Amino acid sequence: MAKVHQFDVVVVGGGGAGLMAGLYASRTAKTAVISKMYPTRSHTGAAQGGISAALGNYEEDKPEWHTYDTVKGSDYLGDQDAIEFMCNEAIDAVLELEHMGLPFDRTPEGRISQRPFGGHTNNETGKPVRRAAHAADRTGHMILQTLYQQCLKNKVNFFDEYQVLDFIMVNGKAAGVVAVELSTGELHTIHAKAVIFATGGYGRVFEVTSNAYAYTGDGPAILFRHGIPLEDMEFFQFHPTGIYKLGILITEGARGEGAVLINDKGERFMPKYAPTVKDLASRDVVSRAIYTEIKEGRGIGGKNYVYLDIRPETVNKFAALDGRTNPDGSPLLITGDTVLTKIPDIVDFCRVYLGVDPVTQVMPTQPTAHYAMGGIPTNKYGEVVIDDKGTAFPGLFAAGECACVSVHGANRLGTNSLLDIVVFGKHAGLKAAEYALQAEFEKLPEDAESASRSDFDALRKGSGKENVFDLSNEMKKVMFADIGIYRNEKDMQTALEKVRELKVRFKDVAVSDTGKIFNTELLNAWEFGNLLDIAEVVAVSALNRKESRGGHSREDFPDRDDKNWLKHTLVWNRNGKLEIDYKPVVITKYQPKARVY
Amino acid sequence: MEITIKIFRYDPEQDTRGHYETYVVEGDENDRVLDVLELVKGKTDGSLAFRRSCAHGICGSDAMRINGRNHLACKTLVRDVGANITVEPVLGLKVKKDLIVDMDPFFDNYKKMLPYLINDSPLPADGRERLQSPEDRARFDETTKCILCAACTTSCPSYWASGEYYGPAAIVTAHRFIFDSRDEGASQRLHILSETDGTARCHTAYNCTEACPRDIKITKAIGEVKMAIVTGKLD
Repeated sequence: MAKVHQFDVVVVGGGGAGLMAGLYASRTAKTAVISKMYPTRSHTGAAQGGISAALGNYEEDKPEWHTYDTVKGSDYLGDQDAIEFMCNEAIDAVLELEHMGLPFDRTPEGRISQRPFGGHTNNETGKPVRRAAHAADRTGHMILQTLYQQCLKNKVNFFDEYQVLDFIMVNGKAAGVVAVELSTGELHTIHAKAVIFATGGYGRVFEVTSNAYAYTGDGPAILFRHGIPLEDMEFFQFHPTGIYKLGILITEGARGEGAVLINDKGERFMPKYAPTVKDLASRDVVSRAIYTEIKEGRGIGGKNYVYLDIRPETVNKFAALDGRTNPDGSPLLITGDTVLTKIPDIVDFCRVYLGVDPVTQVMPTQPTAHYAMGGIPTNKYGEVVIDDKGTAFPGLFAAGECACVSVHGANRLGTNSLLDIVVFGKHAGLKAAEYALQAEFEKLPEDAESASRSDFDALRKGSGKENVFDLSNEMKKVMFADIGIYRNEKDMQTALEKVRELKVRFKDVAVSDTGKIFNTELLNAWEFGNLLDIAEVVAVSALNRKESRGGHSREDFPDRDDKNWLKHTLVWNRNGKLEIDYKPVVITKYQPKARVY
Repeated sequence: MEITIKIFRYDPEQDTRGHYETYVVEGDENDRVLDVLELVKGKTDGSLAFRRSCAHGICGSDAMRINGRNHLACKTLVRDVGANITVEPVLGLKVKKDLIVDMDPFFDNYKKMLPYLINDSPLPADGRERLQSPEDRARFDETTKCILCAACTTSCPSYWASGEYYGPAAIVTAHRFIFDSRDEGASQRLHILSETDGTARCHTAYNCTEACPRDIKITKAIGEVKMAIVTGKLD
């Protein structure tokens, strides 16, 4: 018999959203955070450049501008009520992080320092605005550390290295989760009144990605199998600057500090695509520009990458041409020391993985699969909404990358992911606690762990004809090649068929490790099953949307089509069959218009 | 190129003691040691157990001994260590399985450092940020880089000798707060570190500094904490 624990609220995931939710829920409700890794290993820690808020610490800025930029960045698919809510809360959210002890970089006056980032502008001049509050190029690391520290201070209950396997629902309400303790292989039931999923993204469906191995879409996959819909899964962000071949992220903050993109002819090409903000255009725009340069033969040496150049002489030349200035109005002039101080981790990555020193050499970069805009549908309080009418599933919450509020719509602005986890993690935590305090525990089913046990049994008892490592590589390759930056019907159909073939072949996998203690082979195979389920939803959603919007660019439907497609996709799993429906986009102040940077 | 990798194996459900297995795989000099481990696990022996996540030196999951020295497997390339590689778990923490060690004692020491900002003074009346000069911020910049991978602590001879020693990583964490001008808990932390299992156990072997994948000058940071204990001053 499995071990049973009882909490008012259980949070699944120990990254920024999960920790924030745990911190806030535990103020009033008995709360546990379960995480498949030690929380400090979470992928929030890999976020680099900053977290946006209209603090105005260097120059004029306002939440309305942040809101409009986010709406425009989302290609008008984001829900404007939620976006406005997030951008208004941003200032207090960032200040709260500072009060918690986060070591932000500072202005000469001792305030939180801010840098420009793609798509963030002064709405009156159209010029980039310094909105991204930062701690060097490890802002996510500092947020993760600070939130974990606050959780320790406030004695939040942690279950470290517990992998969630299943969601327990009883009488149409949340009743807890099943998890396996990695160090013993034992199953545990966490009986709870409210469950918050904060499991992060699923970038590991793609070959070249900035995402951690842990990003296997566990939360969305589990809920999808239980009949909860997934929203806008066709929208996945390809970050313009990943390290060539490895996909490791080079922060947009590098371009914020003045770096430019260069093609094989030595040209700075972004002004062709985004005449006003140039290299600081929105990520989807820059990734498409790079891809176009490559397709037209101007990749470096004819290959599929370009250079990112932050050498001081390059930065200073283009900064002068662009008329870029420091906050005090003096011309922007950087030195090698600026590079070392502002983006030390990037310098380190380049030296280690490329043998390149960014102070004196250019960095080979290519777009890398980075961020899931879509996910578990929620409202701005983190409640999971299961239809087009906003019906909340009692006791079920989600926050962070695994959720879709939707504040990112078809394309997320840089820095808004960190903002998302802090704002919506907090509200999910508050709302879940509020719910739990007035709810009763549902009676657990007789054998809550049976589904998890049969999942594991199936993975152990396959014929062994197939190997997870190979299947996984096949999936990643086809998803990156055929459902990448540019898409078309034929390629996506190929990808979908391949994914469905892989789902069948996955049944012939046999895990060789029969042990219980740290059976990572079994867990990785189980995670791969999640990725396959997610990949199918991504493919089906992408094939279905016959327009181009934000991160979803179709060669066969190159234009945005507001008449037919200004709506969110919802995909359900109904007894193994995928069904598609829609829900309207919330538009308050900003009517859709052409998107030019 | 052909890569030969010798890996420490220990399965507590089958083995009474650890042993080594050698695998030969086809790889590239630009592969990370982590890529090689993934290849062995994926193609040859699925039961091989190790922790990993971000694969670029930020999450701190995959500290291990590579050719006798502590490294992150994801931040060590084949071209740096050669095509004959020996991989073993870090020392000083109990091996749970293969390359996975028990991290709980490590995190327990971290938690003893009061690893959170201590400041009970009222927040600025305008609700804005506490002010901190760039110079004051720079004072503890180095130690904010720590990713808690344990490469330092498990390379420290004093830690091997006495698992009661808090170890370099815990002291790095303490340093990050002690020298933060916004923090008011320095005296509590210095008191903790002045006890038997604190900085007195550091004999400046320098292993920690050499092992740190984040290039934190750990020995220097410990020295600053020692000095603060002796002088009672923070500058």
